[in-house]
Amino acid sequence: MAKEMRIVLRNYGKINPFKIDDYLAQGGYESLKKARSMDREVLIDEVKKSNLRGRGGAGFNCGQKWSFACRAQADDKFVVCNADEGEPGTYKDRLIMENDPHSLLEGMAICGYAIGARKGYIYCRGEYPFLVDTLNSAIQQAKDRGIFEDFDVEVRSGAGAYVCGEETALIESIEGKRGEPRFKPPYPPAEGLWQKPTIVNNVETFANIPVILEKGAAWYAAIGVPSYPGTKVFTLTGDVNNKTFFEVPTNTTIREVVFQLGGGIAGGKRFKAVQIGGTSGAFIPESQLDTPVGFDNMSAIGATLGSGAVFVLDETRDIVDITTRIAKFFEHESCGKCTPCREGTARIHELMEKVNSGRGNQRDVALLQKLGRVMSTACLCGLGQAAPAPVLTTIQHFSADYQAKFV
Amino acid sequence: MDYKDIIAGYTNKPGGLIEAFHAINREMGYVPVEAVAEAAKVFRVPASEAYGVVTFYSMFTVAPRGKNVIRICESAPCHVAGAAEVVTELERELSIKMGENTSDGKFALEFTECVGQCQATPVITINGKPFTDVSPAKIRSILAEFK
Repeated sequence: MAKEMRIVLRNYGKINPFKIDDYLAQGGYESLKKARSMDREVLIDEVKKSNLRGRGGAGFNCGQKWSFACRAQADDKFVVCNADEGEPGTYKDRLIMENDPHSLLEGMAICGYAIGARKGYIYCRGEYPFLVDTLNSAIQQAKDRGIFEDFDVEVRSGAGAYVCGEETALIESIEGKRGEPRFKPPYPPAEGLWQKPTIVNNVETFANIPVILEKGAAWYAAIGVPSYPGTKVFTLTGDVNNKTFFEVPTNTTIREVVFQLGGGIAGGKRFKAVQIGGTSGAFIPESQLDTPVGFDNMSAIGATLGSGAVFVLDETRDIVDITTRIAKFFEHESCGKCTPCREGTARIHELMEKVNSGRGNQRDVALLQKLGRVMSTACLCGLGQAAPAPVLTTIQHFSADYQAKFV
Repeated sequence: MDYKDIIAGYTNKPGGLIEAFHAINREMGYVPVEAVAEAAKVFRVPASEAYGVVTFYSMFTVAPRGKNVIRICESAPCHVAGAAEVVTELERELSIKMGENTSDGKFALEFTECVGQCQATPVITINGKPFTDVSPAKIRSILAEFK
């Protein structure tokens, strides 16, 4: 039986997020103290050894990323928290910030010490205006207690652009510009915010850091699958009985998430598909449900772990209609900087509308597949590269649903 | 507060252009083109660039809009939970279509993508405040609060 294990949500419901004393009473900010007593290299090595990988979707080794920024020579460096969770069906970062803002701040302050940064930014999505107050209150309380020492954190608000979840687009947005992704390299640890070495990590990634330092890298590395250890927060939506969130070790299978924790399909209906990782994720059929949710396990079946959104569809759902809706999303959210994405998302949406309305044929489906393949390699950033995934995987696993639309 | 005073408050904030637009948007409900031009001057960027920024982000608009901005999530989880029926009811109750404003200037109807409240779909937000588990039957009482 799959069980919850709360690391990033360890204080959920246990503390008052507006009272720093509650956090301190749970041992809060002890890890920051410990980090500051350590040599920077040793500290980063500890994070590396935990094998913590980014929880925002890219899955890069966190300690390794930090070491790049640590080694970079610059008069200024920055720590940026990506709190722009825009993947439809995802609200895990909101849960962390809303209920335990200090665990995020502690993780950021530890990162600041590790890489030699004095300033941090939290880029909080514009849809969470109420969290800005929670975060600012937490920052002020930590400052008043002298906990941050020479580190400072500022909250910046997004304004409704999905692409700003991409780290270089996010950086552009903090700089007050259009949120368009940059060409890479250089990567942010070398040249990020205002061309200075910058670490951009997800909220969930930062929230793991204090616990890793408290309990040790070896403890963390032993949880879940070795290639992507620790836990992952999942948010369940769609036709599932328990439309709620769970934090589980990464060796939990998709089936356990949907059928045990999620309580199975609502209304006694049968399972059809599950889309994991948000709207840019693959649709997964019944035959692949025994896959563990770890990053590489998901990649092996052509899916992604992404943000941890779990969107469940029952047998009655029109998967082509839903994929058409998703195609509209990407056309709307494409920033327009690169041609394969700007044109590709529009053409995918156009073709999906054609098929969904019964005017399509097999040639349109073949065209969608070809266009999708081109986009997944030719687009500048993750948005365009991932945009065709729902289309390609539904064609792959649910081709009969497409056939049924042809007149 | 005049938009010039609002912008002046952000002059010393590096990259503060978007924060200034947020503040104007909170105060006026939209960002008038004159304010965009003023912000461009203050932040020392070409007016075209400032205009490019304000029009890039879906929460800003340069056209006046209803005082209470109702945004309906149409992302996949809300889509399958019946967002379309909520849209129909909102349009009926306010006698306007999506993307329009009521003639008394009280309401604006806009689509949005996911607002991160997916534990109880469908979701709408009014002036940033989320309302969850919305159904056509609940619309009237939700709107009453803002009338």
